[in-house]
Amino acid sequence: MERIPILRIGEFLLVTIQVDMHDRLALTLQDDLTRAIEKTGAKGVLLDISALDMVDSFIGRMLSHISAIASILSASTVVVGMQPAVAITLVELGLELPGVLTALNAERGMALLRTHMDMGVTTDGRRGGE
Amino acid sequence: MGVEAASRLELGSEQDIVRARQAVRKLAQECGFSLVEQTKLVTAASELARNTLIHGGGGHMTMARVEEGVRYGIRLVFEDSGPGIPDLSLAMTDGWTSGSGLGLGLTGSKRLASEFDIVTGPGMGTRVTIVRWR
Amino acid sequence: MSNRAIDILKTNEAEILGDWLQDLQKSGWGEGGQFSDGDWKGHAREFLHLIGNATRGGSFSVESADAAPLRAFLENLSRTMATRGATSAQTASFVFSLKKPVFARLRQAHASDATALADGIWSATELFDQLGLHTVATYQKSREDVIRRQQEEMLELSTPVVKLWEGVLALPMIGTLDSSRTQIVMESLLQRIVETGSEIAIIDITGVPTVDTLVAQHLLKTVTAIRLMGADCIISGIRPQIAQTIVHLGIDLQGITTKASLADALTLAMKRSGFVVTKTT
Repeated sequence: MERIPILRIGEFLLVTIQVDMHDRLALTLQDDLTRAIEKTGAKGVLLDISALDMVDSFIGRMLSHISAIASILSASTVVVGMQPAVAITLVELGLELPGVLTALNAERGMALLRTHMDMGVTTDGRRGGE
Repeated sequence: MGVEAASRLELGSEQDIVRARQAVRKLAQECGFSLVEQTKLVTAASELARNTLIHGGGGHMTMARVEEGVRYGIRLVFEDSGPGIPDLSLAMTDGWTSGSGLGLGLTGSKRLASEFDIVTGPGMGTRVTIVRWR
Repeated sequence: MSNRAIDILKTNEAEILGDWLQDLQKSGWGEGGQFSDGDWKGHAREFLHLIGNATRGGSFSVESADAAPLRAFLENLSRTMATRGATSAQTASFVFSLKKPVFARLRQAHASDATALADGIWSATELFDQLGLHTVATYQKSREDVIRRQQEEMLELSTPVVKLWEGVLALPMIGTLDSSRTQIVMESLLQRIVETGSEIAIIDITGVPTVDTLVAQHLLKTVTAIRLMGADCIISGIRPQIAQTIVHLGIDLQGITTKASLADALTLAMKRSGFVVTKTT
């Protein structure tokens, strides 16, 4: 059965999501990631969606769920690489991806993860103020 | 309104939802939709296709280019003979932010389309039609 | 009953072409004429040839599959003419100028039969009407495309995205914000954010005269999209009147940072990005 590969990079887990993920594949990813966090004790998860040309409610919910599950397992999650067309569509849809932290690219994502990991807190989706 | 020959896609499995997205993406590209317009239409199609499969027990999608005077666009129809939606007004307000999965994607798709129409009722099946003008 | 116009075109193609080329030369389509593009004879020949193909079956409909290459030819012609600034009448004149030699041949062929001549002229008229109308319709579409593209280019020029600092973009908005304009601007700003990897975008609305609920909604949508992508946004240039309007309208800025001036916004952006500015003298 096809699976989305989860790579371990130091203390992070990196997942690059391909296009046209069908529902069951998304659920499998959720399971696999949960197990990987537990097995490796990783404190940070990077979800790269730069190849996704569409995010609908199902995928959006998956991203929120992964973030929440990781948080419970003491890991922070950052979603990176959202395409402008996808962001605009999500706003139009009214889908806000609660609890999901985002960054422009993998580099910034890892920097963000490190900040959170250093601070010993998990991401809860709230951005810092001034 | 002028309609070109429509093509029909069965929606019986999750793979069909992916196929539907790809077909809509391709047609939108051929019609010269911008990237954002394509994405909005494909996302709406994904929502409605999933509804048809999950809530409607399977059905089909019909897509066609449509023309009305100087403007042209794409029309998608999602049809199933499932249980129908008993309380439409509730379904249309209980959209996205409920988060627990109840959102039927109807309100979202409506926002992403230029025109939206739904025919449904208990035991009647459901037919959702959306049009996106270029 | 056969189509007399189609018959004439088939049997007298060479002579009709000869006459037509002469007429075209005289009316500005030929050598050195304002519509000429060097290969006008080739175009005329091709047009006649395509009509021949489209009428192979003895009848003609501009929408038919047989007429597809002919339609493509006319669309190409319309588009080229539109970009050269010709009017739709001038473009259609290419098609209609073919009527004269065709009518001349019909008159010759049916000199003694008024009914046949009338038939022939009617079939010819039908044929050319269809072709002429199709030419004009595609011409209109081409012009609309040109206008739309020019509008988009103007919009882009009037709302340039500027890089103010490492990781800081600014978008000075000038004039009224309507739905389509805001959309185009939003898309180009988001694109630039991704391209430059800038984490802060400053939208300056000093040049926006009024902010109503609709404008505020557009701005809010833009900011939400920016945040979803992983960057953040500061809105600057909020004049006192606009601040009052926002409060009166009950618009909730949802925690978006606002600054009165672009300078203040830049200071904040640099601070957030971890830059410190020191004066050396």
